Amino acid sequence: MTTTPARHVVGIEDLTVSFATDAGDVAAVTGVTLSVAAGEVLAIVGESGSGKTVTARSILGLLPETATTRGAVLLTSKDGGSTSDVVSLSSRQLGDIRGVDAAMVFQEPSTALNPVYPVGWQIAEGLRAHGKYTRAEARAKVIDVMRRVGIPDPEIRVDHYPHQFSGGQKQRIVIAQALVLDPGVIIADEPTTALDVTVQAEILELLRRCRDEFGTAIVLITHNMGVVADLADRVAVMYHGRIVEQADVASLFAAPQDPYTQKLLASVPRLGEGSARAVERASRRQAGWADSEPVVEARDLRIVYPGRLRKPDFVAVDGVSLAIRPGEVLGLVGESGSGKTTIGRAIAGLTKVTGGSLQVLGTEMNGVREKAFRPVRERIGFVFQDPASSFNPLLTIAEAVAEPLVVHKRAGDARGARSRVDELLEAVQLPKAFGDRFPHELSGGQRQRASLARALALQPELLIADEPTSALDVSVQARVLELFDELQREFGFAALFISHDLAVVDLLADRIAVLYRGSLVEEGTGAEVLGNPQHPYTQRLLASLPVPDPAEQARRRAAWEQLNG
Amino acid sequence: MATVAAPGTSAVDTGAGRRPRGWRGLPVVRQLRQSVGLQRGMLVAGLVLTGIFLLTALLAPLLAPYEYNQLRDPSGPFGAQQPPSAEHWLGTTVGGYDVLSRVIWGSRTALFVIVAAVLMSIVLGVLLGLVSGYFGGWLDRVLVVVADAIYAFPSLLLAIVVGIVLNGGESSLLGGIMAAAISITVVFVPQYLRVVRAETVRIKAEAYVESARVIGAGHWRIMSRHVFRNATRTLPLILTLNASEAILTLAGLGFLGFGIEPTAAAEWGYDLQKSLSDVTSGIWWTSVFPGLAIVLVVLGLTLVGESLNDLADPRLRTRRRGGAAPADVAETSVVPAAAAVPTLLDPAREPGL
Repeated sequence: MTTTPARHVVGIEDLTVSFATDAGDVAAVTGVTLSVAAGEVLAIVGESGSGKTVTARSILGLLPETATTRGAVLLTSKDGGSTSDVVSLSSRQLGDIRGVDAAMVFQEPSTALNPVYPVGWQIAEGLRAHGKYTRAEARAKVIDVMRRVGIPDPEIRVDHYPHQFSGGQKQRIVIAQALVLDPGVIIADEPTTALDVTVQAEILELLRRCRDEFGTAIVLITHNMGVVADLADRVAVMYHGRIVEQADVASLFAAPQDPYTQKLLASVPRLGEGSARAVERASRRQAGWADSEPVVEARDLRIVYPGRLRKPDFVAVDGVSLAIRPGEVLGLVGESGSGKTTIGRAIAGLTKVTGGSLQVLGTEMNGVREKAFRPVRERIGFVFQDPASSFNPLLTIAEAVAEPLVVHKRAGDARGARSRVDELLEAVQLPKAFGDRFPHELSGGQRQRASLARALALQPELLIADEPTSALDVSVQARVLELFDELQREFGFAALFISHDLAVVDLLADRIAVLYRGSLVEEGTGAEVLGNPQHPYTQRLLASLPVPDPAEQARRRAAWEQLNG
Repeated sequence: MATVAAPGTSAVDTGAGRRPRGWRGLPVVRQLRQSVGLQRGMLVAGLVLTGIFLLTALLAPLLAPYEYNQLRDPSGPFGAQQPPSAEHWLGTTVGGYDVLSRVIWGSRTALFVIVAAVLMSIVLGVLLGLVSGYFGGWLDRVLVVVADAIYAFPSLLLAIVVGIVLNGGESSLLGGIMAAAISITVVFVPQYLRVVRAETVRIKAEAYVESARVIGAGHWRIMSRHVFRNATRTLPLILTLNASEAILTLAGLGFLGFGIEPTAAAEWGYDLQKSLSDVTSGIWWTSVFPGLAIVLVVLGLTLVGESLNDLADPRLRTRRRGGAAPADVAETSVVPAAAAVPTLLDPAREPGL
């Protein structure tokens, strides 16, 4: 114990956690030592499976039954009065310190709240568990904490149910739940990952206020380096169950020491990187290209999901007009619910068009029949968001990649298509032998490459990529994006690239279209949209995007605060 | 956080790890290998009981000392209600049959019913479930309503009706078996239908089915290649429970007097019914052994079914606990430590990633 209890709220020493699995014991964390000072934000970053969540959860003793923990996790109360080793506590003693000394904020606010109780009742749950409050006292305390986390009209809202709040407000309530007992440290596990960029900025602002006003230390688990640059005081980089580097945020971003940290930072996409390449590509196009027949042309496109049981219809896409010309990459950006995926699905014939006109490779999609569209399908490739679920788990990669060839009678069966499949796997830089593996034997990045191979099997003129990298780690994302760019140059297909991440879209797209609540609010080249955004939403979107550079981010944050008044 | 953070959900996918191939990957063998402790005990007990039942049924002609309908041997008639002796290990029934032989031959009848009932209900139920779940619409609604209606029907009553329709109460071997099998089929088709339908509806929304649609695959191809094989995961489980219920229905039919005539085949339910009056007069051997046979077979099948159920669910599955020595860190990382993580424009790449 090298730390003084008064200065540190959490001290983890030589923590090792292993899990009993079907394949024997697996260690998730080995020999982790770190500490969190009072009122400090410590960010733990690392890719999936690096052990960052396990480390953070061990502070609360929130590990599943299959876990075996060794080492010490010393948790000190906020006033420094008592210190306890979480590892050795009984479940009853753990109940006593949870919420009081340390609390947790979960990733998905919509599942962290119980839908059948009012939010006020749920916030007061912590109070009831740790002390005697009369109903009026508890209510007053709940209203107070709700006001402090920025819920308007807390006196009324306290009796509302979770579904009556937006995603960002729900996350505020989850944070209020964590704050109500005024704990010394809050564990925030990817608190903004499920939120839109504009909402993320507000939640980060709130977390910053938690630290400044409540004096709460925060352990922030995230994979988003922009969030780290925005909020953290100190950063611990985890890799493979170990901490490879610990430093304060400025020096980590300025001079990363460990090679892994350097690579991690290098693979984070940054705004403005792609504009130069888009210009270069535009200059290579032949004259008259702009007048050529577009591959996709939407005019006043309207897509409505019919409402059920007296609920009004939901208009997902409203009056969108856009065009993709041959060989062009259009980036479609917007927050969740903006209709970007719906447009992609409509182009692929997965969602019915309700109004307006959508021409895909010369076929009108409004009122199209499946039979008439089937021949067009072989000219369209589709890459799905989640590489884990877009492969039939019972088919080998080679069989899956051969599917389009077999369906369109280019090959008799999967074996007959094998030589072509091998070529395709090679094109996406997967070894041929991977064809014989099953999807679960590949990593996320490898699967997404195979997904690209499948989409390109018939040499489509149009490729629709629906958030192809959002389920991947940053370092893997960089490679998949690079591959996409390379393949696009080689095969020359037109592409609709859908993403919520402006920086990712900027890397690849010739033009960027910004969707907001089903309408197209801005469209132009990367330089135009990012350099000089016209629509207020685009401006807000750009300002909310945290950049992986603490100094630059501090400046942007000031600008963002100004924009929000 | 694939492996560790969310044990409830994602650990299901990754926790199972690589599925062993070959005979070790066969349904029951795989579960046997991954089970430990009490769950393993249950599964093994169930498998042993079921194995004995299967062997007895298959080897009945070799094992049974007499025919199921044999009343006399060269030395004369067996005599009725004889206590266990060297000639008749388990005694004889009120009708003068050898109890041991009847019990052994009875396993054969039971097996026939199980096979017939399970085959018929699986084929029908899975087919209807796939069509119902995949196409949806009015067909789906009609099928589900019919299935619900059948649920409300007592299976034994149905079996009696089917039995009368098939053979007017005079039960031959085939007639008796088919009466039981068909009634069980009618009762079980809705169960298979519901399970397969629910899985189909879930799988229909999976990205790999959508990706098959985007590719342009036809309905039949999607149903057979992508949906069907993924929808049948839970079938071994219902199958075992289904089988034990089939035996109970057959025995119930026999007990009520709608079973198979003793001259056509041996049947445990029939023997139990005939031994009813023996119980009060202290003749225990005529009722205990057929009853025990029913109980043990049903117990065996249920044990197999229940443990398969527990083992299929990672939250119910017990695992060997870790020892004192820390294990190696899992290869959860997708980027090898040595491999470069290039920037977007870096020409050097690793092909394997």
